[in-house]
Amino acid sequence: MKIMGRVFRFGDDIDTDAIIPARYLNTSDPEELKKHCMEDADPSFPSKVGKGDIIVAGKNFGCGSSREHAPIAIKACGVSCVIASSFARIFFRNSFNMGLLIFESDEASGEIRESDIVEVDASTGLIKNITTGKQYQARPIPQFMQELIADGGLMEHIIKRGGI
Amino acid sequence: MGMTIAEKILAAHTDAREVTPGDIVKVNVDVALANDITAPLAIKAFESGKQAKPADPDKIVFVLDHFTPNKDIASANQCKMVRDFARRHELEHFFDAGEVGVEHALLPEKGLVLPGDLIIGADSHTCTYGALGAFATGVGSTDLAGAMLTAQAWMKVPESMKFVFKGELLPWVGGKDLILYLIGDIGVDGGLYRVLEIEGPAIDSLDVSGRLTISNMAIEAGAKAGIIRADAKTEAYVKPRARRPYTIYTSDEDARYVSIREYDCSNIEPQVAFPHLPENTRPISEVGEVRIDQVFIGSCTNGRIEDLRVSAEILKGRKVDRGVRCIVMPATPDVFRQAEAEGLIRIFLESGAIIGPPSCGPCLGGHLGILAKGEKALATTNRNFVGRMGDPASEVYLSGPAVAAASAIAGKISSPSEVM
Ligand code: SF4
Repeated sequence: MKIMGRVFRFGDDIDTDAIIPARYLNTSDPEELKKHCMEDADPSFPSKVGKGDIIVAGKNFGCGSSREHAPIAIKACGVSCVIASSFARIFFRNSFNMGLLIFESDEASGEIRESDIVEVDASTGLIKNITTGKQYQARPIPQFMQELIADGGLMEHIIKRGGI
Repeated sequence: MGMTIAEKILAAHTDAREVTPGDIVKVNVDVALANDITAPLAIKAFESGKQAKPADPDKIVFVLDHFTPNKDIASANQCKMVRDFARRHELEHFFDAGEVGVEHALLPEKGLVLPGDLIIGADSHTCTYGALGAFATGVGSTDLAGAMLTAQAWMKVPESMKFVFKGELLPWVGGKDLILYLIGDIGVDGGLYRVLEIEGPAIDSLDVSGRLTISNMAIEAGAKAGIIRADAKTEAYVKPRARRPYTIYTSDEDARYVSIREYDCSNIEPQVAFPHLPENTRPISEVGEVRIDQVFIGSCTNGRIEDLRVSAEILKGRKVDRGVRCIVMPATPDVFRQAEAEGLIRIFLESGAIIGPPSCGPCLGGHLGILAKGEKALATTNRNFVGRMGDPASEVYLSGPAVAAASAIAGKISSPSEVM
């Protein structure tokens, strides 16, 4: 599967309070959450972002709380994938469990600019910057996580295989 | 090859005799925790399973501590959903109403988490229980739903980093200052995907409460767990509380660490983390003039009785500055009762502090102490991200309970020695 979208750039250590502030966690409704996605980092983000768009960030994306509301809010905005040089570990797990595609690449994270058009091959992790013509290979996804994705997430995996 | 505490606990919870960092393993969990924010999502995911019956209801712990007493209709509905589920499945370890305390203070106190346990929680500060010599880590709601269904979870075996705190603690320095110092040193992603194993004479000298504060903030360095070996003090704490057997693990002499760091506590002053990351630490002597509008003493980091004693010692006979709202929240009902019995509540009230109910309160900017635009707070909590305690243009500084109490009196961030 290939994804193509316009890039929104963020810096290092984007935390879960920036992705979805705790003041909105009295609900888990994706339609509500998406209205406030990334608003403490960029208040205009929810109104600018569109279907298929891609977030590119620096290191430690998604640090902080364990809230699954964070990947839910990002997905609900229409974002197709997140590329970062590294992800906080709970966010990393949650994204696989929730079916949000994420890719780790230092180079892609460092070189891709705001508003570039980028294409990602979800199965191989090959990232192509259509605007500049440069290509990057994301870090490989561990075998077990690939199984999770293939099964459609953790719950589906458990149901299908009768256990973890 | 020798193994670390973390590796031993993980191995003991799988079919394997040994585990190696990098392996992905299926583990049996002893405790699966969620709160009023994360349990509703976990329940929804759980109920998507075919025969949605908990594998072992006794392993599930739900605590309604974040937006309670409920602040609005939406949060009331979330809590009701959890409450109904708990009744339906007859969950014994369900904490609501007058039994609620901040989860990570409550579980150790109730003896629900023990040395050698493998604990997952849909809350990032689940790593707190590492202070008892357990392997405890935060996960998302779906992982938790998986554990409710199967009593299992998957884990990537992490590498361990060792930190040794040597020497004696300076006056007014506690667990909070040591962990802020460590995070200031390695940064908010310095422990990413790894276990912090924390030891040394200064750690031995801390009580269990101070150690819980340290492990609580392991996640603030990105770590998967923050483990402190259980000793005689740990045993004295857990023995009267435990209602099931537990195992104490120690790391082998030849266990592998990706790095070993030593700190000399004779150089570690009380610490303050500046906005907007816990790694922005400075010793109190280098803070300068920072006026504050609010002080919060509480949370899973520093809301235990030992923390309240330190604060009360400083506030006793003194007044909170008129420009400061000082909010004190005992972390659990037992802490509240004990503080009342020791006369600490009276000291707080006479100083002009506000006492709030055992809950997360202002820690995550949910309710009970939200900051306005441009306001500054000093809190004994663990996070000072943008907008964490209210308006995105407000600021949170982090410290231990001694500096927090002194600052409430002075109206600006201050060392206890400046007000006493
Ligand atoms: S006190 Fe703060 S950090 Fe601790 S569980 Fe509550 S919201 Fe989370």
